[in-house]
Amino acid sequence: MDYDDDGISFSEYTIEGEQIDMLDNILDEYVAESCANSAMLIDMAGNIIAQQDNGACEHDLYSLAALASANFAAVDTMAKLVGESEFSLLFHKGESESIHFSKVNSEFLLITIFGKDVTLGLLRLKVADALTKINAIWE
Amino acid sequence: MAFVNMKSKEVQAKIVYYGPGRGGKTTNLEYIYSKFRERIKSDMVSIKTHGDRTLFFDFLPFDIGKIMGYDVKVQLYTVPGQVKYDATRRLVLKGVDGMVFVADSQVSQRKKNILSLKNLQENLATYKKSIFKIPLVLQYNKRDLKDVPLLPVQQMDKDMNSQLKVPSFEGSALTGHNVVPTLKKIISQTMASLQNVLK
Ligand SMILES: Nc1nc2c(ncn2[C@@H]2O[C@H](COP(=O)(O)OP(=O)(O)OP(=O)(O)O)[C@@H](O)[C@H]2O)c(=O)[nH]1
Ligand SMILES: [Mg+2]
Repeated sequence: MDYDDDGISFSEYTIEGEQIDMLDNILDEYVAESCANSAMLIDMAGNIIAQQDNGACEHDLYSLAALASANFAAVDTMAKLVGESEFSLLFHKGESESIHFSKVNSEFLLITIFGKDVTLGLLRLKVADALTKINAIWE
Repeated sequence: MAFVNMKSKEVQAKIVYYGPGRGGKTTNLEYIYSKFRERIKSDMVSIKTHGDRTLFFDFLPFDIGKIMGYDVKVQLYTVPGQVKYDATRRLVLKGVDGMVFVADSQVSQRKKNILSLKNLQENLATYKKSIFKIPLVLQYNKRDLKDVPLLPVQQMDKDMNSQLKVPSFEGSALTGHNVVPTLKKIISQTMASLQNVLK
């Protein structure tokens, strides 16, 4: 399999070093604009590809990534069982922290953790922006 | 599908413990967690029933330090062994890099071991992976049991390892016997399979 010296390599897909920088920038901007606490791009196996936060976020991200990918996969399987191709919105609301999931493409998920001062409406706008930018990297 | 970040020089690899229900998969991870407490920064995550059976998976991220200049993080998972949880069991296999098959040494469990191994082969096939190619280690667990008849090791080899021909260990997840050697073996096999990526 081919890869650049400073790239990222997978058995199934590859991300160049340059693309990681772009992902970091997109997530950084996304966190700032949406006022989210943390955003991470993970793959469907639960690996963290890129992550940015507002500096005040102390969650166990590796466990969160493992659970988020499993949760997404479980919900996706439920959708198939009832004859849907997917359930588009995945969102868990807490008293002070909430989690939002969006599917980037067949390989990646964008997971956002945000506080009670962020509205779901604003977040969804900013997520849509970020997804467009992330997907543009692979076009 | 290990994730190798050439930029931050970090590797994340996924190792899954598979095997029949009540075979001792979760107990393996619990022993590893207690043994390496000071090196494991996060808590072990267990999604289980009230009766302590694994419902979805156990998860334990394990920092094993530097290998070939890379900071290696091994993510240990267990599957639910009960037959009825096949759908969730299959989900956990997504992106697996290496496997430990935990077999139950009790004579009464012989058939369950064989069926579970067959189920592993089928589930790997759904991800287009071959049980003959993926890094795999067998553990014949519960060798500490004294009051119930145990399968002779030769019999277990014949049942499960005559074609696979992979490393196998007699062990006891309860006492910890051969739990760490099993783990070390699968880590080294998994890392060896990633060698061509980590040049
Ligand atoms: N004597 C003995 N008991 C064991 C050993 N390993 C596990 N057990 C016991 O067997 C029972 C089941 O162990 P678990 O680790 O929960 O089994 P599991 O494979 O995770 O089971 P599922 O989650 O249902 O798939 C528990 O009561 C353990 O204490 C062993 O090496 N020796
Ligand atoms: Mg278990």
